Amino acid sequence: MVSICFYFQVHQPMRLRNYTIFDIGKKEDYFDDEKNLEICRKITRKCYLPMNKLLLDLINKYNGKFKISFSISGVALEQFETYAPEVLESFKALAKTGQVEFLSETYYHSLSYLYSKDEFKEQVEMHKKKIKKLFKQTPKVFRNTELIYNNEMANYVEKLGYTGILAEGWDKILGWRSPNFLYKPKGTKNMKVMLKNYRLSDDIAFRFSNKGWNEWPLSVDKFSKWLNAANGDGNLVNLFMDYETFGEHQWEDTGIFNFMQQLPEELLSHKDNEFVTVSEALKKYDTVGELDCHQMLSWADLERDLSAWLGNRMQQDSIKRLYDLEKDVKATKDKELIEKWRKLTTSDHFYYMCVKYFSDGDVHKYFSPYDNPYDSFIIFSNVMNDLIIRVKELNKPKKRSKDVATTAITEQTRT
Amino acid sequence: MKVLMFGWEFPPFKSGGLGTACYDLTKGLSAIGTNVTFVMPHASDKEQAEFVKLVGTSNLSKNIKIKSVNTVLTPYMTADQYHDKIQSLNGTSNSKEVYGKNLYEEVERFSLIAPHVAKEQDHDLIHVHDWMTYKAGILAREKTGKPLVAHIHATEFDRTGGNPNPFISHREYEGLNAADIVIANSNYTKDNVIQAYDIDPEKIKVVHWGIDPENPHYDLNYSSALSDADKLVLFLGRITIQKGPEYFIEAAKKVTEHVDNVKFVVAGGGDMLPAMIDKANELGIGDKVIFSGWLKGADVHKAFQMADLYVMPSVSEPFGLVALESMKNNTPILISKQSGASEVIKNALKTNFWDVDEMANKIVNTLKYDSLYQDLKENSYKEAQKFNLIEPARKTLDIYHEAVGGLKNG
Repeated sequence: MVSICFYFQVHQPMRLRNYTIFDIGKKEDYFDDEKNLEICRKITRKCYLPMNKLLLDLINKYNGKFKISFSISGVALEQFETYAPEVLESFKALAKTGQVEFLSETYYHSLSYLYSKDEFKEQVEMHKKKIKKLFKQTPKVFRNTELIYNNEMANYVEKLGYTGILAEGWDKILGWRSPNFLYKPKGTKNMKVMLKNYRLSDDIAFRFSNKGWNEWPLSVDKFSKWLNAANGDGNLVNLFMDYETFGEHQWEDTGIFNFMQQLPEELLSHKDNEFVTVSEALKKYDTVGELDCHQMLSWADLERDLSAWLGNRMQQDSIKRLYDLEKDVKATKDKELIEKWRKLTTSDHFYYMCVKYFSDGDVHKYFSPYDNPYDSFIIFSNVMNDLIIRVKELNKPKKRSKDVATTAITEQTRT
Repeated sequence: MKVLMFGWEFPPFKSGGLGTACYDLTKGLSAIGTNVTFVMPHASDKEQAEFVKLVGTSNLSKNIKIKSVNTVLTPYMTADQYHDKIQSLNGTSNSKEVYGKNLYEEVERFSLIAPHVAKEQDHDLIHVHDWMTYKAGILAREKTGKPLVAHIHATEFDRTGGNPNPFISHREYEGLNAADIVIANSNYTKDNVIQAYDIDPEKIKVVHWGIDPENPHYDLNYSSALSDADKLVLFLGRITIQKGPEYFIEAAKKVTEHVDNVKFVVAGGGDMLPAMIDKANELGIGDKVIFSGWLKGADVHKAFQMADLYVMPSVSEPFGLVALESMKNNTPILISKQSGASEVIKNALKTNFWDVDEMANKIVNTLKYDSLYQDLKENSYKEAQKFNLIEPARKTLDIYHEAVGGLKNG
């Protein structure tokens, strides 16, 4: 028996506008609404709407035999609410089928686990509430931003009440073992970790349209054969990928939609195969061993580490300045300001400062709304400086009324 | 492949980027086994002392023969500089016609000698550099019938901020039209050539410049009391309309409103120097801007190494080799998007030349945040290592083969 678990990550950051030193102390609007709207509409058209419809049709067609799991960041959901309500409706329609499970993550798709456990907890809670409100289900399985994971993290998340967590099925951690089983993260009591089968996942997410790949073009027949070969080497194949794979990273003309449309039929034609959601997988299978992962693992790059977000000085400097401000921001009790600060915690802001892809000339890997990593740093830095001024202003001990009156008079005399 | 090359300057007889470019190109060609005879006007010792930045020619291989034509020419690169020179010699003249006439005579003399040189020197191809040598190339080709490659390092439109001297732009037009193949040093220059002279885009090839990795001055790691006391932002080059010095001064003013411990160094000379000194004083930053005059030899490298950031705000920069020099000296750069260099350099800050606010924004952040400064510095230095003399030489040699082959087949 092979259970197949499709899990899609949906996320859109709130991109910053070109905020300069001359805006500091003067302009409060950090975010590029126009650009965010434009990108959200573009991906709605190319990916979210057509793919949601395709999945809904498949779910209806296979009547309980085709299932999927999603994690949608809170910042993405907010943008759907504002810029693309029809996308939100189509996700709700998927939720109503009962064949779709939603996972927990940090609301702002942040790296908060690494810098502030308090903030992490709050963002996870916020996200959980949002999912409950929109899709009427309470997530039971957790996925951290960019699948960042280690032992300590799994233990921490267990204490928050989760029974399952997602991670990369990386050879260096697994050794000779297969990612197609459930494992128990070291130190946890009842936790199960689901590991991404990165070879099969990346065949779809990264290699699908690569004409230089010797397996191109990828047919459902070929892919099913590879997947069926997992039978005997495990019982669960986890296909984890960015949802924007469909129509945005792999364009429609690559045949990605047709591929996905035909895949369930081909896979289900093998009577040993079935589709499961993440919770069903956890319920169905026991762990076969312990997974010991000290280092921070992610699903990014060949390194599978944190270097895409925290690899250089600019990134480390910016994120430190951001979290150094946490206490003071929260002390203001100013909802709007705290929300702005939280939007800055989104991992993409740090990814845009990554030099390694940019320098290597791998333009396809360097998705950024800015010209280069240095500009990204400068914009973020300027925004931080404005935020710091506003926080200081709000946290100033309140002046006594007499002082305020004096100030007002002085101001008047001046003008 | 035997190449007969006509140039205007060659180290040690040089005043600007053209001399370096010719030196680097012939050095690269020599390294890949191409014979070059370089024909250039002769310069007296007196001139050499005033203008020349010395770069040793001893390590050039024997593949290059330097052939001096016996004229009274002095080394200069542009009409502007020639003008300056004539002014300093004659003391009084302000008339463009005077230098135009003299320049015309000098260029004409050089051109008329060209066919005689061509007849004496065995060659497969003629390669000429910028407008001063174009007519020489045309006349040489008439004599020998060998293919003509015209290199364009800067158009008259670049040099004059869009107000070309008609005589010079006409020469450019003639040379570029007559050439079998045109080599432009960037896509930016290629586009300018197409726009200004309506040259067939098919015959214009782009060869980006590299930089000589063998320079003993790069590793000086120089600092001084000046750079220890303050952050330094450097402008280095001709102080002329093409190089955008006024945008540098305006940005400097804005930077001083955000950063206290900063000084601006303007290294170079040119017709806009007095106006720039006035401007700095008018803006109240006279004490923050240091005008150093022209720097020579190792001093150029020291200036880069002292600086925290080099700014090249050129209004129109065909390539901008100096940007690579700064990177080689481990000093990060901010360059205008109106430059060929910005096409090929990734790890640099870039702005439009007129966007003084954005320029100041980027300078302030680089001075204030060590993380940005260090990352930019480290990555731009690393990137500079990718540039060398072999790559442009190889591309040039390919073009030679195409030109020679094209003529045989055509």
